[in-house]
Amino acid sequence: MFTHIMVPVDLAHADRLTRALEAAADLAKSHDARITYVGVTAPQPGQAARSPEDFADKLAQFAATQAEAMGIAETGTHPIISHDPSVELDRALKEAADSLGADLIVMGSHIPRAFDLKSHGGHLAQMTDRSILLIRDPQS
Amino acid sequence: MTDDTNIQGIPAPEGEADLIETDYDIGQDNVEGQVGPFGFDIHNPVFLISGLSIVAFVVYALLAPTQAGDFFGWLRPALTSNFDWFFLMSANIFVLFCLALIVLPVGRVRLGGAEATPDYSYPGWFAMLFAAGMGIGLMFFGVLEPAYYFGTPWGDAPLGTVRPFTEDGALVAANVEEARRMALAATSYHWALHPWAIYAVVALALALFTYNKGLPLTIRSAFYPLLGDRVWGWWGHVIDTLAVFATLFGLATSLGFGAQQANAGLEYIYGIPISITAQVILIVAITAVALISVLRGLDGGVKRLSELNMILAFALLLFVLFTAGAATILTEFGRGIVAYAQEVVPLSNPFGREDTGYMQGWTAFYWAWWISWSPFVGMFIARVSRGRTVREFITCVLIIPSLVCVLWMAVFGGAAINDMIANTTESAVYANVIAAYSPELSLFAMLESLPLASITSTLGIILVIVFFVTSSDSGSLVIDTITAGGKIDAPVPQRIFWCTFEGLVAIALLIGGGLAALQAMVISTGLPFTVVLLLLCYAIWRGLRAEQA
Repeated sequence: MFTHIMVPVDLAHADRLTRALEAAADLAKSHDARITYVGVTAPQPGQAARSPEDFADKLAQFAATQAEAMGIAETGTHPIISHDPSVELDRALKEAADSLGADLIVMGSHIPRAFDLKSHGGHLAQMTDRSILLIRDPQS
Repeated sequence: MTDDTNIQGIPAPEGEADLIETDYDIGQDNVEGQVGPFGFDIHNPVFLISGLSIVAFVVYALLAPTQAGDFFGWLRPALTSNFDWFFLMSANIFVLFCLALIVLPVGRVRLGGAEATPDYSYPGWFAMLFAAGMGIGLMFFGVLEPAYYFGTPWGDAPLGTVRPFTEDGALVAANVEEARRMALAATSYHWALHPWAIYAVVALALALFTYNKGLPLTIRSAFYPLLGDRVWGWWGHVIDTLAVFATLFGLATSLGFGAQQANAGLEYIYGIPISITAQVILIVAITAVALISVLRGLDGGVKRLSELNMILAFALLLFVLFTAGAATILTEFGRGIVAYAQEVVPLSNPFGREDTGYMQGWTAFYWAWWISWSPFVGMFIARVSRGRTVREFITCVLIIPSLVCVLWMAVFGGAAINDMIANTTESAVYANVIAAYSPELSLFAMLESLPLASITSTLGIILVIVFFVTSSDSGSLVIDTITAGGKIDAPVPQRIFWCTFEGLVAIALLIGGGLAALQAMVISTGLPFTVVLLLLCYAIWRGLRAEQA
C-alpha cells in the first residue's frame, strides 16, 4: 500500500520519537517501503548541529543507525534549511512530502493538553493530501 | 538558495569552515517546559533577569518620575558633552576599519563557509537592512535635520557655517548656497558611512562567529576571542542581558514617542485631537500588526512588510523628487555627495571645534544613539546576511545604504530648503522647524508645499506606522533569540511575549510618564557599548585572520 514513508525527525529531541521510529520501521518492512528521514534546521547553529553541513551529516548518521538497528532495507535523508523553523516547520514538511513523493508521513506527536495552541501533526494533516500516521508516546 | 524557495533540501556541503572548538552545547543552559498552552525554551538566567530588570526600571520610572527624569536627563547630555571626542573618534575608527576590510585580502572570506550561497536576494536583503533600524529615522529626520541646519538661529550650525536668514527671517541671498551645501553635508554625515559602519561592525562580528565559527547567534558569541569559554558564564549573561535591555527600552521608548508623533501628524492633517487614548490605540495597533508579522515568521511577515515599506518609501521619494524639481534636486544630490566628501573629515574631527552645539548636541548624541541600537540592528542584519563575502557584506551594508541615505536627505531636505528659500517666513517648514520647533510636523510641513499633500501626508503617516511595525517585529525576533540562548527555533509564544511586552512597556511609560527618562538611559548605554564595539573590531580581525589561514 505504501512505497515511500517520510519520517520528520527533531534531531535535538530524537529520544522522544522512539515509538514513531519503531512504527515507521515496522510499516516499511511490512510494505517493502523506503523511509526518508526529514530534518529541519535554521542556517544558524542550533542545538542539534553547528552548521547546515553538520546537520546534514548528523541526519545521515541518524538514518544509518536506524537502518541498522531496525533492519530497514532502504533509507534516505532530506535535510531542510529554513530561515524561521518555529513558524515554517509545517509548510517545510508539506513541501518535503510533495517533493519526495512520500505516500505516508509517520510522525511523533504529544498527547493533546488542555488549551493546546497548535499541533504540528494536526496542522500538517490539514495542509497535505498525503496520509499521516500520528504516533503518541505516553512518556512525552 | 533563492528568495522564492526559502525552504529546500541542502544541495551540497557549504564548504570548509573554521569551527571554534568549545564544549558548550547550544541550549544546554535552557529551561524547557509548558505553562498552560504555552511552551517555552528559555535561557537561564538571561530571560528572567532581562524581564525582571526591565519591569524594575519601568516601576522606578513610574514611581519616581522626577528623580528618574532628573538623573537620566543629566546623564545623557553629560556623557555626550564629556565624551564627544571618544564617540567621534570611535565612529571614525569603525568607518576606517570597515573600509579597510573591503580592500584587504580578508574581504574574500565568505560568511557561512567558502561555498555558502546567500540566504536572501538583494531586494529582500536591502529592504530588511533599512526596515529594522533606520527607516523610521529617515521619515522623522529627513526634513527636520537639513531644514534645521539650514536655518538654525540657535548658534548650533555645523562648523559655524553662515546663516541664510536675517533675524527677522529675510533671506540673505549671498549665504543661501553655502548654507544649503553645509546643511546637506552635515545631515549626510549623521546618516551615511558612520552609522552604517557602527551597524556593520556588530553585524559582521555576529555573522562571522555564528556562520563560520559555529557559535550561537547571540551577542556574547562575538566575545569568544576575548573571553574564551567564560562567555558561556556570567560575562556572557551580562552582555546578553544588556543587549536585551537596550533593545527593548530602545524600541519601547521609540514606540511611545512614535505614537505621540503620529498623533501630532494626524491632528495636523485630519484634526484628530492629541490624546493619550489616541496614542494608546496607535501603540496597540502597531503592536497588533507586529504580532501578526512575527507569527508569520521572518520570510512571511518581517521580510514582506519590509519590502512593502521600501516600495512605499521609494514611491514617496520619487514623488517628492519630481514635484520638487527633479533637475534641481538631482543636481543637489551630486553636490551633496561632493559636499559630504569635502566636509566629512572636518565634521568628524573632534578637536579644536567651536561648533559644540552641533558636535555635542547632534553628532555625539547620534553616535550614542546608533551605538545603543547596534546590538539589535546588528544582530538582525547578521541573521539575514549569510552567504555573502565580507567584501560584499561591507559594500552592501556600508556603501550602498550610505548612498541611499544621502539621496534621501538630498531629496527631502532639498525640497524643504527649496520651500524655505521660495517662501521664507511664509513657508510651513520654516514655521514648524525654525519659528517654532515642532520636529514631528516637519515632514508634513514639507509635503504641504507640494501637490496632493493630503494623499502624500497620509502615505507619510502609513510609512511612519509601518516602519514602527518593522522595527518592532524584527526587534522581537532578536530579543527572543538572545533570551533563548541563541536558539532560532524557540517556541512561538516567546516572540509573542516580547512583542506584547514591548507594547505594554510603551503604554505604561506613555501614561505614567518616563519615556524621555528611559530613552535617555538607553542612549547612555551607547558609552559602554562603544568600548564593546572597539573590542569587536579586534575580535573580527582575529576571526577573519584565522578563517583565511
